[in-house]
Amino acid sequence: MAKSVLKVEDVSIRFNLSKENVDNLKELIVKKLKGEKIRYNEFWALKDINFELKKGDRLGILGLNGAGKSTLLKVIAGVYKPTTGKITRRGNMAPMIELGAGFDPNYTGRENIFLYGSVLGFPREFLEEKYEEILEFSELGDFIDVPIKNYSSGMRARLGFSIATVVEPDILILDEVLSVGDAKFRKKCEKKMKSMFDHGVTVLFVSHSLDQVKRLCNKAILLDHGKMVEIGDIDKVAALYESKIN
Amino acid sequence: MKKYIEGFMRYRFLLVELIKKGIKLKYRRSYLGLIWTLLEPLMTSMVLAFVFGKMLQRGGSVQSYYPFTIYILAGRLVYGCFSSCTKIAMKSIRANQAMIKKVYVPKYLYPLSTVLYNYILFLLSLIVLAIMMIFYTITDKSYTMVINLNTLQIILPLATLFIACVGAGLILSTVCVFFRDLEYLWDVILMLVMYCSGVFYFVDKNMGEAAHAIIKFNPLYCVISNLRTVIAGKSLFTTMDLYAGYSELKMLIYAFGLSVLSVIVGVYMFKKHQDNFILHI
Repeated sequence: MAKSVLKVEDVSIRFNLSKENVDNLKELIVKKLKGEKIRYNEFWALKDINFELKKGDRLGILGLNGAGKSTLLKVIAGVYKPTTGKITRRGNMAPMIELGAGFDPNYTGRENIFLYGSVLGFPREFLEEKYEEILEFSELGDFIDVPIKNYSSGMRARLGFSIATVVEPDILILDEVLSVGDAKFRKKCEKKMKSMFDHGVTVLFVSHSLDQVKRLCNKAILLDHGKMVEIGDIDKVAALYESKIN
Repeated sequence: MKKYIEGFMRYRFLLVELIKKGIKLKYRRSYLGLIWTLLEPLMTSMVLAFVFGKMLQRGGSVQSYYPFTIYILAGRLVYGCFSSCTKIAMKSIRANQAMIKKVYVPKYLYPLSTVLYNYILFLLSLIVLAIMMIFYTITDKSYTMVINLNTLQIILPLATLFIACVGAGLILSTVCVFFRDLEYLWDVILMLVMYCSGVFYFVDKNMGEAAHAIIKFNPLYCVISNLRTVIAGKSLFTTMDLYAGYSELKMLIYAFGLSVLSVIVGVYMFKKHQDNFILHI
């Protein structure tokens, strides 16, 4: 099949989990005066992650809480910079790590479309052109002129999803986002996803619902304490994961 | 370098949106809205003119080029711009932590957009200075507003002020991520800066030499003095400080040089530490 869209090479991330988080001057000075060293607890959130995705691959990321799933997605999205290693992306990316992360609560839905849209790197004219489409998909109707702080979490997620998917990305990053909204909207989302899949979008997917992962993905990796335990076909990795849980 | 320009071009719409957001939200739900940018400096200047001019008899001790209120207003506007730009830019990284943790956006956009929107509000508030100058021209026979070619030089102190705000904003926003105490410390420093900027008193020969030394080397005073000279219709290149007798040109060069230096230091610090921001917010 086609060329690689995403390449993750030897990516590791180290966090300094300082025992006492020194973030004020007084503590630092007191510690310096006492001659204490500030102890850092080094902690590898990810260690030597390697994989490569081709166009149309749909990768499920499995692992228990704290295994590094979300961190991996954030590294790929560019939120964290890897301590070592390299990530090569080709094409544009729609990160849906948390829907509406760029929303301002005091802004109305309409204003947030332009704000969040520009956070995702869309130009203004493009958003004006797609405005009706976003509004229609989100089913918000007259609520679009109400400040977001008065929205329910479902409404917010609907708006976030509608904006993020207005353009067909080459790489789609999904972190537990399909569990939002009511059943009707969820169906609509899955339908939209499916149509994207048919167009050959590359997907990275994190969910605690193993069924959902099995349904959507064709490949999977299993993480455990930041290390990659297994990579391969979804059924193989899912079986391993299930055996680990039980 | 090319990478940075590309990144900036991709996110320039976000910069515009962030500036708009700052301005829109600042006065949302207040009845007078944007008019407050004019009213607030005017009212505080009148209070200062009353306290220092009438009560303490500090106004008009030397030859006056314009009424004390205008003298104060010019200083107050410049100080107000520097104070609000730096205060809000300092907190900009933490204020946007929700976004920083979830999506990739060039982080310098946050301090830069806060400085820009506060600076735009400052430019708008200059209208009140013009209004007051017209007002005094009509009502006070001893004062006549001067507009001539020198008025164009107003761009020099204004540009210096902007560069200083960007530099200070970058430095403060970086340091503040790691040391939150700065938020409180900076308020105190700003107060010191205000008292050393000759906002509400004349810097004249009656002050001691030590005071002169401090004030002369305060870049914000240099900007304020430049602005006052320009609105008196004098040229920065030939005039001495109207009250204290320093060379305006020297002050301009000094303040401009220091501002550029602060941007260089700010960019260097910000670039060096920006990847660690996320671990500390």
